[in-house]
Amino acid sequence: MSGLSVWSISLVAVIGLVMVGIYGLLILRNLIKIVVSLQVFAKGTILVMVVAGGMQGQPAVGSSLAITVIVADTVVTVIALALAIQVRRYCGTLDSRALSSLQR
Amino acid sequence: MVVQALVLASMLLCAIQAIRSEKLLVSALWLAGCSALLGLAIALLGAPEVGVIELSVGAGLVTVIFVFAISIAGEEPASYKSLVPRPFAWVLMGAFLFLLLFLAVPRVVAPALTPQSLSIVRAIWEVRALDTLLQVTLIFCGVLGSLGLLAEPRAASSTAKGGAQ
Repeated sequence: MSGLSVWSISLVAVIGLVMVGIYGLLILRNLIKIVVSLQVFAKGTILVMVVAGGMQGQPAVGSSLAITVIVADTVVTVIALALAIQVRRYCGTLDSRALSSLQR
Repeated sequence: MVVQALVLASMLLCAIQAIRSEKLLVSALWLAGCSALLGLAIALLGAPEVGVIELSVGAGLVTVIFVFAISIAGEEPASYKSLVPRPFAWVLMGAFLFLLLFLAVPRVVAPALTPQSLSIVRAIWEVRALDTLLQVTLIFCGVLGSLGLLAEPRAASSTAKGGAQ
């Protein structure tokens, strides 16, 4: 009973994290804030890997998948931040709308 | 269980504050708090190895990289008007939530597989050895990519030679 409840609470937290990340990706325009919301989204993914492994009785596989997600997400974050710095250097702003040349 | 719920609730609060806050540096610090609480929650769930890695990488390394990027790019107010209208964003989020529940609930109530006594060391280095090799390659590609992206233009670097490294 209590074990099931812990997993259920964690699943609710996963849904909350993913929704917060999606909202940020939809609403925000600052490139660094977009990377922050991508990180929030990825944290939901990490938690769901651990929860799924635990619920299915295979915690080792879930943990190793979670480690893979952490590594991949960190590399994606580093590259995205480097791209944001380059955008700031060449466009003078972090606004994602400045990347589009159609509206000017 | 109460501790778990408290940790997860404060983690969600940190995530919402990271999205909401106007200053980039404050946002990065809220994200670091979210990472630390996530590491604690994972350790409470019975996977302390992943919790430690999340704590050191998510709360440590990523925060350092964020602060570094913000100090290079400069603090810029994040209060642009959003491209997507807010009601439309809420509708999209509702549709996403529906799809998530529609896909996830049948799997949550599905019967569990037979438990396997597989240690995490074996899972990483033997069962998923190829994936681990690919992770190492990915880290290498990330280092090379960030070096290539962060490099100064050639003309500027020749004048400022000796200053950086």
